[in-house]
Amino acid sequence: MTGELGQLALCFALALSLVMAGAGLLGARAQGAAARSIAGGAAMGMFVFVVLAFAALTYGFVTSDFSIALVANHSHTAKPLIYKISGVWGNHEGSMLLWVLVLAVYTGLVAILQRGGERLTSGALGIMGLLAAAFILFILFTSNPFLRLDPAPFEGAGLTPLLQDFGLAVHPPMLYAGYVGLSASFAYAAAALMVGEEGWARAARPFMLIAWIALTAGIALGSWWAYYELGWGGYWAWDPVENASLMPWLIATALLHSALATEKSGAFRTWTLLLAIAGFSLSLIGTFLVRSGVLSSVHAFASDPTRGFFIMILIALAIGGALALFAWRAPTLQGGAAFDPVSRETTLVLNNVFLVAACACVFVGTLYPLVLDAVNGTKITVGPPYYALTFAPIFFALMLLVPLGPVLGWKRGDLKAAWRSLYPALGLAGIAALAVLAIVSPRGVVATLAFAVAGWLIGASILDLRRRKGARVSAFAAALAHAGLGVTLLGVTGATAWRSEALQVMAPGQTMTVGPYLLRFDGVTREKGPNYIADRAHIALMDGGKVKAMLEPEQRLYPAEGQAVSDTAIRTTGLRDLYLALGDDRGDGRFAVRAYVSPLAPLIWLGALVMSLGGLLSLWGRLRWRAREPVPQPAAAE
Amino acid sequence: MTPKKKRRLAFAAALVAVGAVLAVVVIYGLGQNTMYFRSPTDIAEARIAPGVAFRLGGLVQTGSVMRGPGAQVRFSISDGKSIVPVTFHGVLPALFREGQGVVTTGALGAGGIFEAREVLAKHDEKYMPPEVVDSLKRSGRWKEGGV
Repeated sequence: MTGELGQLALCFALALSLVMAGAGLLGARAQGAAARSIAGGAAMGMFVFVVLAFAALTYGFVTSDFSIALVANHSHTAKPLIYKISGVWGNHEGSMLLWVLVLAVYTGLVAILQRGGERLTSGALGIMGLLAAAFILFILFTSNPFLRLDPAPFEGAGLTPLLQDFGLAVHPPMLYAGYVGLSASFAYAAAALMVGEEGWARAARPFMLIAWIALTAGIALGSWWAYYELGWGGYWAWDPVENASLMPWLIATALLHSALATEKSGAFRTWTLLLAIAGFSLSLIGTFLVRSGVLSSVHAFASDPTRGFFIMILIALAIGGALALFAWRAPTLQGGAAFDPVSRETTLVLNNVFLVAACACVFVGTLYPLVLDAVNGTKITVGPPYYALTFAPIFFALMLLVPLGPVLGWKRGDLKAAWRSLYPALGLAGIAALAVLAIVSPRGVVATLAFAVAGWLIGASILDLRRRKGARVSAFAAALAHAGLGVTLLGVTGATAWRSEALQVMAPGQTMTVGPYLLRFDGVTREKGPNYIADRAHIALMDGGKVKAMLEPEQRLYPAEGQAVSDTAIRTTGLRDLYLALGDDRGDGRFAVRAYVSPLAPLIWLGALVMSLGGLLSLWGRLRWRAREPVPQPAAAE
Repeated sequence: MTPKKKRRLAFAAALVAVGAVLAVVVIYGLGQNTMYFRSPTDIAEARIAPGVAFRLGGLVQTGSVMRGPGAQVRFSISDGKSIVPVTFHGVLPALFREGQGVVTTGALGAGGIFEAREVLAKHDEKYMPPEVVDSLKRSGRWKEGGV
């Protein structure tokens, strides 16, 4: 019964999104007051019905209603409740419904917050209505999650064990909040082009921030999951699926900076519009890459060509339509304001050039194999060295530049004074480099440089915090985000340059060393989990003949799914990870054991957390500021 | 030229220069760092120089897996027509099984033995690496709905 209700709710949501699209677009005209009120109401209605549809599917999963085909194929009664819920989006159909749910939430926010002028909001709602309608149609026609199964099976097929994990239960909603959040700035940009209103950057700012925060957190969660779950000790593999989330992040970062300049000094007006379009386009392309099955990975739920085709058409329409609108309307907008070559705007131009260039490298590396395969069937992969050669230097240059931005004034800055004020940061960079040279061996040029840059970033952020005492929250937020970047760089450097690794087939009682650690293998026992059977290794971390700690990596077999995954054991000091993975059974109680020592690895995710906090602080400052004094009507502000 | 136009021209020239450098680096990087996918039949038919890295995929030949000494593992990869012996020093993925699909990266060593640096097995029983499906189709060993 709930399945039919869900389907019905989705149909109502489709109707309302079409109403919203029509009314919203009509309301973007000066004389469309009546249409505007309809669009707002339709947005709220759509939100309610999408929530109902999603709730119906979730209910099906929680109660293990195997008469719904999707539940039967992806759930199991023996699964813990949290994974029954996360199972809703642990498959293609449900994840598309989650996408629409997130879109509906953003639509509701746009309608409630009413940021920017009436016509701008109405136009944005119209665009979001079109997007919602397209995605709901996609779900209803190619990926219906509510299809019934007759007769209903007694037991479900289960969820891929790799996905039965807390990090991965939260990762997709987070990433979607980022991907789809960019739809709001996309919609505002398109509406601004239609209406000719230029205050859109301020109106869309909170949505850009939410999207950026969610993307940052979502990518960090995904990388953390890959680190502790996949058992190879890495945190980033330049896998096309990872790249698909990195590209929108790079453009969203560029957009945040460019939009700030547009808002504060009127520079880069058209460029900011273009970035807003590009950001969401990359989100759509990412969805296509990940969901259509053109890539082989854990993420490719389905390889149904009609779905890929549908998403491709959708992408072509969205990107093509937006770019056509841009080409048609952008020339009529007021050009960007002028600025001096030495000014914050210049640093922001460079910021954008580097970020877009970095994104272009990732884009080419990700799509080149697909294009080559389509052209002549040659199957290749582009390896991490490509990204080390292209992406890394560009990002390095970007990070060198970051501290300069905040110390230069808008329109016209004083380079000498700026430079002088950064001396302490330069000092910290020197200390960091010297520390690497003095303490660590082997000494590496890249690692030393990376530490210097990290010191430079963190030092400049601390200076920034001190200088702006009593300043607006946004200054603190930027300093925090930039410091987070430095912290992540420290972690990446440590985990890449100084990682040690050992592999040994061990019989009970044998020992192995990895980095500074001595480990003793005490054998493997068979354990029973809620829905799996585990081979649990008992490995003692020795300290001068005494056992300091026990680490217990596992190999888990999930009988319902007929799959095995490894569960790593990680002991962290906060600055260094000891990481153990249990390998294959070599007979006679002997097992292969793989051990890594990753110095500074936790800082990778700590840095991402600090960056996200910076974003949250900025968002809080925005909303609080708005509550205190009404936003000046953008038209009047120009 | 007005100062504004001059500035725009300088900006455009700088962008073109940056774009050109980027293009050169990207093309060079792609040339240096792409790995081709080969099936056992590809190796039998074409001479591939030892030491050139590529990806080899197919089915793990039943009865071919031999473990030891130490962390050494030997097995063979087959596409139904040809067989390539593989050595690997490391931990096999949890889903590595005889008779199932696998993709390895590495290079040919002496005596035509593929020295794998990395072994990737599929994540679940329903999944088969698409390259392997393709090569099985070409060697005529692919049956829809299972091998």
